[in-house]
Amino acid sequence: MIGLEHYLSVAAALFVIGIFGLFLNRKNVIILLMSIELMLLAVNINLVAFSSYLGDLVGQVFTLFVLTVAAAEAAIGLAILVCFFRNRGTIDVEDVNVMKG
Amino acid sequence: MESIIVFAPLVGAILCGFGWKLIGETAAQWTATSLLFLAAILSWFVFLTFDPSAQPNGVYTVNILRWIESGTLSADWAIRMDRLTTIMLIVINTISALVHLYSFGYMAHDENFNESESYRPRFFAYLSFFTFAMLMLVTADNLVQMFFGWEGVGVASYLLIGFYYRKPSAGAAAIKAFVVNRVGDFGFALGIFALYFVTDSIRFEDIFAAIPDLQDNTITFMWRDWNTLNLIAFLLFIGAMGKSAQLFLHTWLPDAMEGPTPVSALIHAATMVTAGVFLVVRMSPLMEYADATTNFIVFIGATTAFFAASVGLVQNDIKRVIAYSTCSQLGYMFVAAGLGVYSVAMFHLLTHAFFKALLFLGSGSVIHATHHEQDMRNYGGLRHKIPKTFWMMMIGTLALTGVGIPLLYVGFPIGFSGFVSKDAIIESAYAGTSGGYAFWALVLAALMTSFYSWRLMFMTFYGTPRGDAHTHDQAHDSPATMMVPLYVLAVGAIFSGMIWYGAFFGANNKVGKFFGVPYAAEASEHGEEQAKEGEETKAEYILVGAPGEGAIHASPDNDVLNKAHKVPVWVRLSPFVAMLAGLGLAYQMYIRRPDLPGKLAAQQAPLYQFLLNKWYFDEIYDFVFVRPSFALGRILWKQGDTKTIDGGINGVAMGLIPFLTRLAGRAQSGYIFSYVFAMVLGIAALLTWMTLFGGAK
Repeated sequence: MIGLEHYLSVAAALFVIGIFGLFLNRKNVIILLMSIELMLLAVNINLVAFSSYLGDLVGQVFTLFVLTVAAAEAAIGLAILVCFFRNRGTIDVEDVNVMKG
Repeated sequence: MESIIVFAPLVGAILCGFGWKLIGETAAQWTATSLLFLAAILSWFVFLTFDPSAQPNGVYTVNILRWIESGTLSADWAIRMDRLTTIMLIVINTISALVHLYSFGYMAHDENFNESESYRPRFFAYLSFFTFAMLMLVTADNLVQMFFGWEGVGVASYLLIGFYYRKPSAGAAAIKAFVVNRVGDFGFALGIFALYFVTDSIRFEDIFAAIPDLQDNTITFMWRDWNTLNLIAFLLFIGAMGKSAQLFLHTWLPDAMEGPTPVSALIHAATMVTAGVFLVVRMSPLMEYADATTNFIVFIGATTAFFAASVGLVQNDIKRVIAYSTCSQLGYMFVAAGLGVYSVAMFHLLTHAFFKALLFLGSGSVIHATHHEQDMRNYGGLRHKIPKTFWMMMIGTLALTGVGIPLLYVGFPIGFSGFVSKDAIIESAYAGTSGGYAFWALVLAALMTSFYSWRLMFMTFYGTPRGDAHTHDQAHDSPATMMVPLYVLAVGAIFSGMIWYGAFFGANNKVGKFFGVPYAAEASEHGEEQAKEGEETKAEYILVGAPGEGAIHASPDNDVLNKAHKVPVWVRLSPFVAMLAGLGLAYQMYIRRPDLPGKLAAQQAPLYQFLLNKWYFDEIYDFVFVRPSFALGRILWKQGDTKTIDGGINGVAMGLIPFLTRLAGRAQSGYIFSYVFAMVLGIAALLTWMTLFGGAK
């Protein structure tokens, strides 16, 4: 039987993968966006799992909101990325250090 | 009317000081001067019509405004009118009005300023402001108001001593006067605090009423117990010492002669320096209960009189001679005040104001005539060049040295004012100390007074001209604005002693009546003896007023005044003999044998140097106070400020902070992944902390 803890384990694994994707990735900025998406989905899984476990629909409603916002965020992120590429000619994370102190 | 007297000078000062650009320089000077004359005339009117018996306790108060209201501390801004105040009013306003007038001539041209500079309105404004502050001091109804006036005259004195601000010596003298006065004022302020502490009031009435109950109280101060009243009287006297240039705090007065001569006459001879005497007399109800302190006052006064006179013997600057003379005469006044014959102290204050202002203004006239030459060695033979000034100086000298007809008594003694009042003090000193130290110091001081006064006269007006021949030829008497004040003061210097003898130094019933103090006849055992000496002493009176009744207070067992009238004949003759001796000596040394002083000085070189250097007071103070202060200041400056504080701030600002910013800058790699990694580590640490220890609860 697949219980709550399995869902939580998957979500935690996804979240940690997302985090590692954020700081281990040295190449492509798109991978950063994907990692963020992964983390959001991990949280969504958590929400849905608890919603179903507790029999409270609010969690699932919230998930839908998060998905919408995530889509908008991904669109804005990609737009910024395009601008960035036009300006710098690269989207390598290693090359992005204009804020160096 | 009292308000007009007090505030007219203030109005004059403001109009003259701030308004002269609108109304013009001359108009501004006339405004200040005419307002002062108005105040002077009204003062005389108040003085002559004042009747202490018509007022309860011989005092009435004119309220101006409520001033301080804080807890139990309550003080009005009020004018306290009693006999003491009226005496001070005529002294201050008369001299001040005359000095204003005199300044028209004296300040007309001044080599310390350019022709285009407007220094005259400033001078007149300062003079008027000084007068206002001094009036505030003497009309005060409470100690804080008095302290206001006290500091006000200090400020005015500072401004006027440093009037020639381009001269470094004038600036230094002004600072010295201010700083030395601060020492005294510190004592005065402590005295006021202590009085408020023990009586819970700063109003004179309440303080005087409370004093008899405090007789045997003690108060802890500086880690030990003192008799309350003695301590307070002592602290107040410290203030008086500073203001009145008594020994140990006298060093500022001779230096104050850097100011223009009218200032010396007004502030440093006639009025401000007598504020200390006034304070002691005003606090007579307190002094009567403070025996130890009054003994100290007598000692300091007598020593000052002696010391200053001895220094005056050898000074060469004409103004410094008169300055030391002032210092010495103030010592006389303090002896009288310390002995408990307050009326006599006031008597000498009054007469001294006239003849000393006369001498100062006269010397100003001499200085004016000789193109600002002040060294007496460069005078000589001026008698025929400036005869009017000569005669005025002569009257002043006769009054100062105490010329009169001894032992003759026609209801009052016949003699110049100084003769009457100084003899009164010397007789009181004999009676009060039973012929002790104070008496002999004062008689010796009288001898020296006579010597240096005549020396001044002889060196200035007699003999052959020793200075610049051109200057001597051109010397001429001063304009009328400068001579008229001299004539008026000369009248005062001649007659003031004889006129007010009874009021100040008569039998106690006259004095009591004058000052509004109740008096009573005393059953006398010596009735027959006195009958021979004159009807004045037939009945003995004593002042029986309680503290606060009347302008001065003398305890019923204070019989110095009565005893002073019965001193032996040789005591009454002694000041006159001393005067003659001084005159003879001066005549011998400066007229008949002008070579003698030089020889004597060479022969007695150590003594001469000792006197010429003013007993080395300035040198000792320089060594003990000034230089250690400078050294301390330098240490604090170099080590404390430059090294520690500046070094610390520089070290932090230029060493530590850049080091930290460099560290922080290195952390800013600009790479997103390192920020994220740091964030994750932070969250992990926070979570661990939360889970293991429950966070910050």
